[in-house]
Amino acid sequence: MKRIDVALIGMPNVGKSTLYNQFTHKNEHTGNWSGKTVSVNSGVCNYLDTSYTFYDLPGTYSLVSKSKEEMVATDFILFSRFDVAVVVCDATNLSRSLNLVLQTKEICKNVVVCINLIDEAEKKGITIDAKLLEERLESPVVLVSAKNKVGLDCLLKAIYNSKPSNYLDIDYGVLNTFIKSIDKHIADTTYNRKWIVLKVLEQHSYYVDKFKELGIIDDILIDTDIDVSLEVALHLAKRVKEVLDGVIIIENIRDYTRRIDKVLTSKLWGIPIMLILLFICFYLTIKGANYPSSLLFSFFSWLEVPLTNILEFIHIPSTLLDLLVNGVYKTLYWVVSVMMPPMLIFFPLFSFLENLGVLPRMAFNLDRAFSKCHACGKQALTMCMGIGCNAVGVTGTRIIDSKRERILAILTNIFMPCNGKFPSLIAIITIFMVGLNQSYGAFMCSLILTLFILLGIILTFLCSYLLSKTVLKGESSYFTLELPPYRMPNIIDTIIDSFKNRAIFVLGRAIKVAILAGVLIWGIVNFTINGKPILDYLVSYLTPIGHFLGVDGVILLALILGFPANEIVLPIMLMVYLNTNTLISMDNIFILKDILVSNGWTITTALCFIFLFLYRFPCSTTLLTIYKETNSKFYTFLSVIVPLMVGIILCLFIKLFTL
Amino acid sequence: MSLDEIKLNDVVVILKINDVDMKRRLYDLGFLPGEKVECVLNNPFRNPRAYKINGAILALRDELAREIEVIYEED
Repeated sequence: MKRIDVALIGMPNVGKSTLYNQFTHKNEHTGNWSGKTVSVNSGVCNYLDTSYTFYDLPGTYSLVSKSKEEMVATDFILFSRFDVAVVVCDATNLSRSLNLVLQTKEICKNVVVCINLIDEAEKKGITIDAKLLEERLESPVVLVSAKNKVGLDCLLKAIYNSKPSNYLDIDYGVLNTFIKSIDKHIADTTYNRKWIVLKVLEQHSYYVDKFKELGIIDDILIDTDIDVSLEVALHLAKRVKEVLDGVIIIENIRDYTRRIDKVLTSKLWGIPIMLILLFICFYLTIKGANYPSSLLFSFFSWLEVPLTNILEFIHIPSTLLDLLVNGVYKTLYWVVSVMMPPMLIFFPLFSFLENLGVLPRMAFNLDRAFSKCHACGKQALTMCMGIGCNAVGVTGTRIIDSKRERILAILTNIFMPCNGKFPSLIAIITIFMVGLNQSYGAFMCSLILTLFILLGIILTFLCSYLLSKTVLKGESSYFTLELPPYRMPNIIDTIIDSFKNRAIFVLGRAIKVAILAGVLIWGIVNFTINGKPILDYLVSYLTPIGHFLGVDGVILLALILGFPANEIVLPIMLMVYLNTNTLISMDNIFILKDILVSNGWTITTALCFIFLFLYRFPCSTTLLTIYKETNSKFYTFLSVIVPLMVGIILCLFIKLFTL
Repeated sequence: MSLDEIKLNDVVVILKINDVDMKRRLYDLGFLPGEKVECVLNNPFRNPRAYKINGAILALRDELAREIEVIYEED
């Protein structure tokens, strides 16, 4: 079978990922490429006896800037082995996309131009003369609509038939004399000489060093007061205009985007609409997750008996059996059944808003507050994702360009309470703050929960501000944010996409740590020293510290052992209080109240527990993600110490006021 | 005059972009001398604002828009 390697390049928001997913459905594997943190996904598609491997490069506006995504894309095109580069363009805004096409043709000999979103262009009354464009560019041009699967086979055929040509030669006007004089200093190479010269002229240290390493250039002295990047940009823009002349025919444009935008970003409605949309997301998640969660839970606990029988049948030693069933299996299904349903509801809803184009408007509306804290408006989005799951919120910070602002967003993400904390919070709030059997109980409870989320938002701003004045010094970087046209997403794709990229990712990591935690908890409960279980020693060690913080030793131990998942903190606590050796589920809130009160809980205990529970440190899944994303032990350490300090300070504050 | 000073719905032409780190990025986004820019949206706090450039809508903070010198077309 013939194999063709294809690099997919494109600006953000042109549907590159949709195209990639259409081709590689089910054949995707994710991998980091050459040690960069921005990853290049690859996937395979088989069509007519040919195997196409697609490399999904990060979305880039150009191949000349110094941002991380753009360097990854440029590096890939320059230094990796592949056969054809496909530049994905936006049919509704071809002139911007074409800039990238020309830049790609400067460094790649085999380019296919794929004009996506052709359906939307038609709706807007835009017609594109692909034949004429093909003649002008001397590269194949294919019109597709990835979402509706139109033109995909034509694209594959075009890739199959595409032949290498020469590098694109652009007339750079006043730069030509410099280009000529520097060209002499360049060794023979298969790279585009002119492009290398331009990098030298622009004094782009990264590529100058790269080509020095390759022995293509030596130290070259240049002396010019011309603004090289401006000249390059201007001549590229001029060439784009020449190429596009007569290619696009526009008739009676109908564009609703601007009218919707006027409302969504208005002084009066902007913020309330955003809040209502988010509230709907959270409400549906909490309401909708209850039933499937309990269903999963009863299914898995039912499975416990046959599992035990099977293990007994194959004569597993009883201690090991207890470890496997009561330790590992129980913790595992506990985490899965509490964690999975909310994520399967929240993330598709969130992805829907994202693909619709609402989320960039949210960042646009809220940017002011973040810029006051020297942070980035896009942090508002990662905070919302954090309510779904902090690990996803941390990964989501990739949308923030500036490294400093990204770390700020990562370190403060924990201040948004994740889904997993809600059930326990609601129980404690109901028992100690609202009271049982109140007529407006549910409403009061949501109100108090909302207040805690508001506190989290205030703490996020406060900590962002303090961090940016201390360890993460710096002014807010310049902020550019594209507000793409509203697009009705493909619902099924949205669900599959958020399931594959978010839910599975978090669940996978959670399962790994839940197994370890299961073993650990089981060990602490079952191993004894001098006849007393390790657990008792730990509780007595922790009791003085617990009392200092307004709680007791058991609560503290549960908070520490609940490190793998917030969902198991309350069950561990009950396990210790009730002196059993396995996690305890508590559906009856009256019994729960009796247990807690008889163990000395007061309103102070409840408040201190909530603060420690909310702000102790990220769960292990999140912590692992923070380490992977920042690649720094220091920042991972900070992400533990900052919320912990806040939690402790709040507890001491509460104790001070209630004494 | 700089871009942050123009009113909502005003159309202006870019004269030059001052020397800032983001200059190159602005060029990529289409903010080039001679191009037309329209201010299409104020956010609820007026900063950042969104501009239409080269067919796309982009939001810029005033701190950055201040570095873009513009002029009204008829001048």
